[in-house]
Amino acid sequence: MLGLGHVFKLGTLGAAVMAVGLLFQPAASSAQPLRIEITEGVIEPMPFAAPAFVAESAAAQNFAQELSQVVSSDLTGTGLFREIPRDAHISQITSFQSPVQFADWKAINAQVLITGAADVNANGQLVVKFRVYDVFSGAEVGQGMQFVGTADGVRRMAHKVADQVYSRITGETGYFDSRVVFVSESGPKDQRAKRLAIMDYDGANLQYLTGSGAIVLAPRFSPDGSRVIYTSYQTGEPRIHVLNVGDVQSRILPAQGGMMSFAPRFAPNGQSLIYSATTGSNTDLFRMDIGSGQVTQLTTSPSIETAPSFSPDGSQIVFESDRSGTQQLYIMSTSGGEPRRISFGEGRYGTPVWSPRGDMIAFTKQNAGRFHIGVMRTDGSEERLLTASFLDEGPTWAPNGRVLMFARETQGASGSSALYSVDISGRNLKRVQTPAGGSDPSWGPLQ
Amino acid sequence: MKTLINATLMVALLGATACTRADRFDDMNGAGSGFDANAGINQGIIPGSANDPRSPAYFNQTIGDRVLFAVDQSTLSPEAQRVLDGQAQWLMTNNDYLAVIEGHADEQGTREYNLALGARRANAVMEYLVAKGVAQNRMRFVSYGKERPIEVCSQEACYAKNRRAVTVISIGSLS
Repeated sequence: MLGLGHVFKLGTLGAAVMAVGLLFQPAASSAQPLRIEITEGVIEPMPFAAPAFVAESAAAQNFAQELSQVVSSDLTGTGLFREIPRDAHISQITSFQSPVQFADWKAINAQVLITGAADVNANGQLVVKFRVYDVFSGAEVGQGMQFVGTADGVRRMAHKVADQVYSRITGETGYFDSRVVFVSESGPKDQRAKRLAIMDYDGANLQYLTGSGAIVLAPRFSPDGSRVIYTSYQTGEPRIHVLNVGDVQSRILPAQGGMMSFAPRFAPNGQSLIYSATTGSNTDLFRMDIGSGQVTQLTTSPSIETAPSFSPDGSQIVFESDRSGTQQLYIMSTSGGEPRRISFGEGRYGTPVWSPRGDMIAFTKQNAGRFHIGVMRTDGSEERLLTASFLDEGPTWAPNGRVLMFARETQGASGSSALYSVDISGRNLKRVQTPAGGSDPSWGPLQ
Repeated sequence: MKTLINATLMVALLGATACTRADRFDDMNGAGSGFDANAGINQGIIPGSANDPRSPAYFNQTIGDRVLFAVDQSTLSPEAQRVLDGQAQWLMTNNDYLAVIEGHADEQGTREYNLALGARRANAVMEYLVAKGVAQNRMRFVSYGKERPIEVCSQEACYAKNRRAVTVISIGSLS
C-alpha cells in the first residue's frame, strides 16, 4: 500500500489568497481566461512553467525536485500542455510566499505558472503546497492548496497537484491519481507467461498480484478499486476469481455455472457482477450477487454472448453477440429482456465498455484485416475509430472518460503485447511504460 | 539400435509428462516422422510406439490427436470427421483412457470471443465422439481461446494450425 494513511488535508493558504481564488473557481465563469476545451478538434498545447518546488527544509530537499517533475510529466503526458524547459526560465522561485515576477514568465510565453513548496512536518509527514497562476492576467487560478501525507506517497501527492491543475484549466476531473490493473506478459508467443500486475496510471510503483503458474486474463477493478475480478486457469479451466488489492488474497467465486466462465465485470455498486459462462457450444450472460452467490441467467440465445459492461447507473448492459452471424454490440436492461443492436458498420465489433460519463461506448473493431479502438454514442451513432494496427484490443476508460488505455500486439513470430493510451479524439497515442509486455488493462477510479 | 533407444525414451518421456500442460505432444510431431522413416529397420512393432495400436503415440500420431477448423467456424470437415472416427474407435478399444478436448483459436479475434469460439470447437469434437459411442463421462473440454498458439507466425499457414481442437488422452482423472 502507498503511504497515504491520512486523508489529504485540503486547506486554503490564507484569506487573501482565498479571496482571489474564488474569482477563478474551475468552470465557474465563461470569462475564464485560461481554458482548454478538450472536445475541440485540434488544440495547441498550452505552455506552462513548473519551476522546481521550493524545499522549505533540508529534509524536503529530495522530494521537491520529484514533485515538480511528476506534475510536469502528468500534464505534458495529456498532450494538452507543453512544458517550457527550466533552462529557459528567467526568474527562479526561491520562496513560495514571494510575489511572482509575471513579466519574466510572460517573456518566455508561459501561459500557466505552477509554483509549489515541500516541507516535512514534526510528525515526519510530507507537506506539499502549490499555486496555479494565469501568467497574462497575473491572477491565481483557483485557490492555493496543501496536501499532507507520508513520504512514500510523494508521487501520489504530485498526481493530486497535477489533477488540480488539469481540472482548473480544462474544467474536467483529472485522472492522474489512479491505478491500472493489467496482465503482465513475458516469454515467446507460444509459451507466454501471464501474471496480474497493478501500477500507477503512468507505470510507476508496479506490483505483481499473482504468479505465472496459471493463465490469467482480463482483470477488472471494483468501482472503489479495492478488489479485482479476473479469469484464471488455476483449476484447469477458466473460472472467475476475486482478489483483494490490500492483502493480495484471492479466492474463486463459487458455483458460477457452465463448464467455464470468464469476462467478469463489477456492477457500479460493487455488489454483483456480470460474466459469461459456457455450456456445450453456447456462451451466455449471467449475473451473480457476490454476497449470496445467487446466479441469474440473462440471455438464452444459442449464440455467443460475452464481454458485458454495465452503464454507470447500473440499469443497462452493453455486450457483444454473434446472434446476427458476426460479432456486434447490443444493449439490454440489466434484468434481461430483448437486446437492441447498436453497431451497424462494416466488420466485427467486440469488447464494448461503457464510459464512466455514460455517453459513449468504447469498443474493439475488426475490419479488413485490421483492428481498431473506437467510440460511439450509446445509440450507435457518431462512430469514431481512434487507432488502427495489426491488433489493438480491449479498451478501458480513464476515470474522467477522456482517455482510453488498450493493448496493442505486434505481428509475427516475435510479436508482443504492450499497453497504449489515446484520448477520445484520437490524439496523443502513446505507449504506457511497463517492465514487460502488457495486455487487458483495467483503469481504476480516481483515488 | 540407437534409434530404438531414442524411440523408447521419447515414449517414456511422453508418459512422464502426461497431463502437465496444453500441447505437450507438439514436440513429438517431428520425432513422429523419424519413427516412420525407421519403421522398416525393425520388423516387429515397438511397444508403445506410433506403430503399437494400443499406445498413446499411435493415438496422437497415427490416428491424429487434432482436427483443424476454418476461420470463425466450428463445423467438422470430412477430413476432421475421419480423424475423429479413428479417435472414437481407439477410445472405445482403450477404455482406461480419458480425454480432455482442448479448443483453440488463432490470434485474429478478441480474447473473450475466441474463448467462446474455442469452446464451440471443442464441444463439436466432444459431441461427435459421443455420437460415435464414446461415453460422455470419459470426456471434458476446455477452451484456451487464442492463449496457446502452437505456430507463431502471423500468416494463414500458422493460423490454420492454431484453429484446432486437440484430444488429450490420459489414464486417470479428468481434472
